[in-house]
Amino acid sequence: MENPYIPYPVVIDDIKIATEDKSLKTFKFVFLNKQDEKKFSLYKAGQFAELSIPGIGEIPIGIASSPVEKGFVKFTVFKTGVVTSHLHNMKVGDIMGIRGPLGNWYPWDMLKGKNVVIIGGGFAFTTLRSSIIYMLDPANRSQFGNIDVVYGARTPGMLLYRDELYEWETRDDINMHITVDGTNDSDWKYNVGFVPAIVEKKAPKADLNTYAIVCGPPIMIKFTEPALKKLGYNEKQIIMSLENRMKCGIGMCGRCNIGKELVCKDGPVFTLEEINKTPKEY
Amino acid sequence: MKVIKINKKDWENGINQSKKEYQLFGPVKEKDNYIFKKLQLDEYPDMEHKDTLVSPKSILFPQTEKILQTNLDESIDDHHIMKQVKKDYSKRAVISIKPYDAKAIQILNLNFDTDEYKDPYWCEAYKATTFIGLAVNNPSVFDFSSSTNTGPFAEQGLDVLLIDCSKEYLAKVLTDKGQAFLDVAGFNQETDNKKAIEIINNMKKKAENAISSQISTQNLKDKNTLDLYEAPFWDDIAFSCINCGTCSFVCPTCWCFDIQDETKGNLSYRIRNWDTCMSPLFTLHASGHNPRGEKTMRVRQRFMHKLKYFLDKYDNGIMCVGCGRCVKLCPVNIDIRKVCNLMNSHEPDTDN
Repeated sequence: MENPYIPYPVVIDDIKIATEDKSLKTFKFVFLNKQDEKKFSLYKAGQFAELSIPGIGEIPIGIASSPVEKGFVKFTVFKTGVVTSHLHNMKVGDIMGIRGPLGNWYPWDMLKGKNVVIIGGGFAFTTLRSSIIYMLDPANRSQFGNIDVVYGARTPGMLLYRDELYEWETRDDINMHITVDGTNDSDWKYNVGFVPAIVEKKAPKADLNTYAIVCGPPIMIKFTEPALKKLGYNEKQIIMSLENRMKCGIGMCGRCNIGKELVCKDGPVFTLEEINKTPKEY
Repeated sequence: MKVIKINKKDWENGINQSKKEYQLFGPVKEKDNYIFKKLQLDEYPDMEHKDTLVSPKSILFPQTEKILQTNLDESIDDHHIMKQVKKDYSKRAVISIKPYDAKAIQILNLNFDTDEYKDPYWCEAYKATTFIGLAVNNPSVFDFSSSTNTGPFAEQGLDVLLIDCSKEYLAKVLTDKGQAFLDVAGFNQETDNKKAIEIINNMKKKAENAISSQISTQNLKDKNTLDLYEAPFWDDIAFSCINCGTCSFVCPTCWCFDIQDETKGNLSYRIRNWDTCMSPLFTLHASGHNPRGEKTMRVRQRFMHKLKYFLDKYDNGIMCVGCGRCVKLCPVNIDIRKVCNLMNSHEPDTDN
């Protein structure tokens, strides 16, 4: 019987500070056993994993690397609680564990042939980065129509994956709408404004072939919903990734539920239509 | 179905015999309460016991359980690599479990043994366990099990059902596992099956008739989840609740747990502990946000989970077996029977 609580052992291969305030770091992990890597590498963009630090505990974090990137996995972690604070103090070469991949993913089969609008805010851009890398991969790009990305953070220095964002800006197979809440930088050549406002201005109007994937803090989600509705998106066309406090990650410990749905196993990805049928306890 | 007759004079001898192959668990009196515990060589299950304070779910799902371990000493091989804690899953039998508690084990099994994931600690313990039930001849005033898909003589989840007929037990053999236990114990006196079943059925009817309280659940399935969630009665129900968690602690069907790491020296264990949705910490995010931050939300979660979410998810009845422990032990008299009937008869205000 496979024990779903046992993490795969990994070594920290690289740590990069991700934001100017140093509250986010991107960790690159390499699996100690090749067969573990093989099993884990079947993940799809949108899934998460439990980062497991022996003696400290576990945290559920979205997978920021993409299934098309081989040989490692990446997670960008905000320093906020006991486990994340400990993780921020760990060093390259330290050994810990990863349990997963867990949960469902953005509905890639259904999205084939569709236009995709990605909307993200703050540090909830990790699984969206995974998704963009996946869609832009030469083997996959032709399967999707137009790709639009609205991504915002408080300041330019708080945007995640800045090098990649600016690289995507130069491409013609993805429409980037980067925004910040505000900046003193006179050289800032992108948008200024909150994500919902930029969505309303820049995101494509809805048609039957267009789907929006939204991931961000509750306040951004709350105000993005009406913006998308104005653009004509119905609740089946709005796909969201939720987060709740989790422990087991496999649908057994009982704390992450919204109604009868468990965010860890039945989610974290839901359509707005599904979410609207459940109590909004997230 | 076979029925075996066990003369009470032979009972303790049979228990002694079975201890040679099985670890036995049974109800014993400790201080003022009965609890299920592992029986020592000179201990016997108390067959006259009323309710045990907590349910025997702890035999398969301990209140606290080490699940993984590792060594943090970086000078040794395999440091920081977590491994399953080795456990004894040799044969065990639970003696004198009540039919509703056995039904509760079946409900827990739905959570721990799924198509996608199997909890190895639960599954191994479940596989190793034989359930020897004792029919309830005199239901307590808190018992409402006849309206929760079980009852004083229900057989679901049992391998043997014992019926106490004053001088003897009649033992209904329900599974091969049950037969194997009776063989080891040396209980093999066959009896006139037809007559025995008739006696059992009469006693069953009498016991069912002695149950005085019922709940109505027939409308719950068709109710809209959000209508029930937004019903006006939740504040009233939760008003007196002190979020002590007694209800989920004593509940035979509550399965929620927490996972914590504990380290002594370099030896580190990952441990799971029973948890309760009555605690605000249960859902508190690291950010400080709490999706069930208000007491009413937590009380509502408990009842909605048992009486609606579970029903919708599994289409297999409600997540309550009618044991009455939470009704009896709630310090502020919150009564799941009343809540269930309120939910079952709730009609949303259609004026809005």
